[in-house]
Amino acid sequence: MKPTDIGAPEYFHKVVDCQWACPAHTPVPEYIRMIAAGRYADAYMVNWTSNVFPGVLGRTCDRPCEPACRRGRVEDEPVAICRLKRVAADYKGDIKDRLPQPATSRNGKRVALIGAGPASLTVARDLLPLGYHVVLYDQDPKAGGMMRTQIPKFRLPESVLDEEVDYILGLQPELRLGKRIDSLKALLDEGYDAVFVGSGAPRGRDLEIPGRQEAKANIHVGIDWLSSVSFGHIDKIGKRVIVLGGGNTAMDCCRSSKRLGGETVTVVVRSGFEEMKASPWEKEDAMHEGIPILNFLVPKAFIHKNGRLTGMTFDKVKAEYDAKGRRNLVPTGEPETLIECDDVLVAVGQENSFPWIERDIGLDFDKWGMPVVDTTTLQSTNPKVFFGGDAAFGPKNIIWAVAHGHDAAISIHKMLQGEDIKDRPPPTVNLASQKMGIHEWSYDNDVSNDLRYKVPWRDPSETLKNIRLEVELGFDPKLGFAEAQRCLNCDIQTVFEAKLCIECDACVDICPMDCITFTPNGEEDELRQRLMAPARNKTQDLYVSPELKTTRVMVKDEDVCLHCGLCAERCPTGAWDMQKSLIQMTHAEHACSRSHA
Amino acid sequence: MTYLAKPKLRHPDLPINKLGYTRRDYEGSVSTLCAGCGHDSISAAIIQACFELDLPPHRIAKLSGIGCSSKTPTYFLGHSHGFNSVHGRMPSVLTGANLANRDLLYLGVSGDGDSASIGLGQFAHCIRRGVNMVYIVENNGVYGLTKGQFSATADRGSKSKRGAINGDSSIDLVSMALQLGATYIARSFSGDKTQLVPLIKAAILHKGAAFLDVISPCVAFNNHLGSTKSFDYVREHNEAVNRLDMMTPRAAITAEYAPGTVESVTQHDGSTIHLRKLAANYDPHDRIAAMTYLQERASAGEVVTGLLYVDNDPSDLHDSLNTVAAPLNGLGETELCPGPAALDKINASLR
Repeated sequence: MKPTDIGAPEYFHKVVDCQWACPAHTPVPEYIRMIAAGRYADAYMVNWTSNVFPGVLGRTCDRPCEPACRRGRVEDEPVAICRLKRVAADYKGDIKDRLPQPATSRNGKRVALIGAGPASLTVARDLLPLGYHVVLYDQDPKAGGMMRTQIPKFRLPESVLDEEVDYILGLQPELRLGKRIDSLKALLDEGYDAVFVGSGAPRGRDLEIPGRQEAKANIHVGIDWLSSVSFGHIDKIGKRVIVLGGGNTAMDCCRSSKRLGGETVTVVVRSGFEEMKASPWEKEDAMHEGIPILNFLVPKAFIHKNGRLTGMTFDKVKAEYDAKGRRNLVPTGEPETLIECDDVLVAVGQENSFPWIERDIGLDFDKWGMPVVDTTTLQSTNPKVFFGGDAAFGPKNIIWAVAHGHDAAISIHKMLQGEDIKDRPPPTVNLASQKMGIHEWSYDNDVSNDLRYKVPWRDPSETLKNIRLEVELGFDPKLGFAEAQRCLNCDIQTVFEAKLCIECDACVDICPMDCITFTPNGEEDELRQRLMAPARNKTQDLYVSPELKTTRVMVKDEDVCLHCGLCAERCPTGAWDMQKSLIQMTHAEHACSRSHA
Repeated sequence: MTYLAKPKLRHPDLPINKLGYTRRDYEGSVSTLCAGCGHDSISAAIIQACFELDLPPHRIAKLSGIGCSSKTPTYFLGHSHGFNSVHGRMPSVLTGANLANRDLLYLGVSGDGDSASIGLGQFAHCIRRGVNMVYIVENNGVYGLTKGQFSATADRGSKSKRGAINGDSSIDLVSMALQLGATYIARSFSGDKTQLVPLIKAAILHKGAAFLDVISPCVAFNNHLGSTKSFDYVREHNEAVNRLDMMTPRAAITAEYAPGTVESVTQHDGSTIHLRKLAANYDPHDRIAAMTYLQERASAGEVVTGLLYVDNDPSDLHDSLNTVAAPLNGLGETELCPGPAALDKINASLR
């Protein structure tokens, strides 16, 4: 293998698994250390800069970082990254003086943002301080988009959302709320320099099976129903409720039903329990509230009597896999299952819908009715129109919407400054030694043996009665500290200087995870087999040194390194050093100046 | 010295031996020796050897004297018996323990100061008695704990860190062990675990006095230009006479050798060791020739390593004393104190 080029910014970025997995690339270990140090406001600002909605995401994020967390590969569970983010938000105090100020002068460019959800709000935050005139449209009377309409208040209190939306509205976009856009063409004719479409995936899929029309008074589409609940238009539901679907929307529907009068709430999914799309913790939370999840049941008909819904029938199926590994749901032949109910919530998926975009304005759609959008620049085939969030590539989540917002803002800024939008600004990378003394590091390298802490909950007797009462209490500072200590500080990198090494084996002997091997060089596949411990996880790189005095090389398997720094502590010559790789994405404010430099 | 304990977490794919232990289970507490000390590598090699031989830790006794090397038993085999004895007196304590309980595995760990200076007499008598043990000298050629004076194994003409030249002749413990009748003699280097681990394993399986001289560079006081015990010097002048591949009787023999290049030696427990010859005509069963060869190469400035001598039919102190087969703690009061009649009989036999 060739010596590893640690100068390439992505090499150490990949070692920080959580940051690499995060669509917005938030520097996770950096803010977790701040939380451990009680620097909540600093931790909040690291988040706010990167992901714009720390308080919201600390409660609702899909957490792509947690399955990636290295801790999950060395013991049972990853660090509770998401809920630590909430700790920063809960205890930050007043941070208003750290926020950017509204631009004092305008640059004369006008940008329209359609939909006031997380994607558009991110674009607004990135562009407003630069002097753009930003006009924010939304059909609802308040900004926030799906964060407001689809996430129940018992998961995300309105005050948390309002606070973080207000930070952006404080930058003074022009608000045109409560106003639906019916024609993109008409909007473009208003002379905007750029338009960003962040309108989400607003149409809930329906279920057209017998009885749908006859019983329609008691059959509701999940996301529409959640929105009505959110705005207070609906405040009760029947005693027996069936929720159809296995995604997070279904979980929000069933838990909301339980709080609005549903006594027997049942979730029914077509697939197996394991294949459900909902996050595992959302399923757990629902079941914790006494909501059963029945699987392998395919809806057959809505049963009604005198125009009133009385129940649903289902066919029992089982999963069979064909030669190509594709799953088919095959009827088991058992008699159909009848579940009695008063109301049904249909949460079987969401779709994009663009009836308001004319097809003759140079904006191409693919055969699935989705706009053709560049995955990097987020530009459509109409150069003035950009897409982001669920509107761009179908339903994803808030953190992806934020990431799209940052990227679109860079594109819009570069385009309106007359630059090539395909020329993307690189992240800033800072690599600095953390050595403070012979055995002193600027980070706590004593690895905690604690197992993942559970977030305390409010008593169900209270939360099931009040749909606006938040269920999770969040970590208090003490628990937050203990959980933060579980972080392995993967951004504190083991940096090896080959010419200082005397090959004494001290690092090999001390390494608790058998990451380090001195061996003759070879091809990667073969080399992976003959290390101190086999390096079977090929998604994790091998760090290979230049040739050493004995003609061997140092090979470090990054996979399960604890970043404990013992190799550097035991190294007599300082060939190993622990250096922090702080990687920060470049956002619109620096995008142009940087590429000029 | 490291302040932190080694984290308890371990590699999820770490091999497990027949007893269900990983190598980590054979570790001791974290080393307080200088960073980079060769002794820590020897500790790691002992851990690896015991792990690979599936040894139950509670059947091992580790004994040591005084010095950097004699501190190391704290850093390996944390679940074994240990005795940190008086300076240079490890061999006597080990001999006594071995006589009392012959069922344990005895691991004597000593240094060049402990064995070649203050304990030279102890070393000599323990070897000549053929005590069944593994005697490891962690040999760095300096007194590390007292800031790097030459020890008795420092080569004449070698240079100290401060620039002084050693005018005294060095003691070669391997040559002494050959002369004194050790039945298994090897030399190795802390920086070469692929050589060291099999040598320790074969020594553990050897019945009789097994002596290992392990050159172990002192990074603090003896790893400079002009030293003959530095990493660089030993690597440049290392002349391995053979490579040893340990095969326990249970393990399948998978390695293939060109004919005439390998010798198989069966140990007393039925296990076989395979010696790959590196130096042509070196016969590890010829004690006299080995002595000559060592002197020759030493005068040429080479450090001869490998399995230097092994007796195919070794015996130990218990054999020559014709002692009882069971450990003393396994005998009852009547066997241990057979009474006046038995004493009279013994006295009569001496008249």
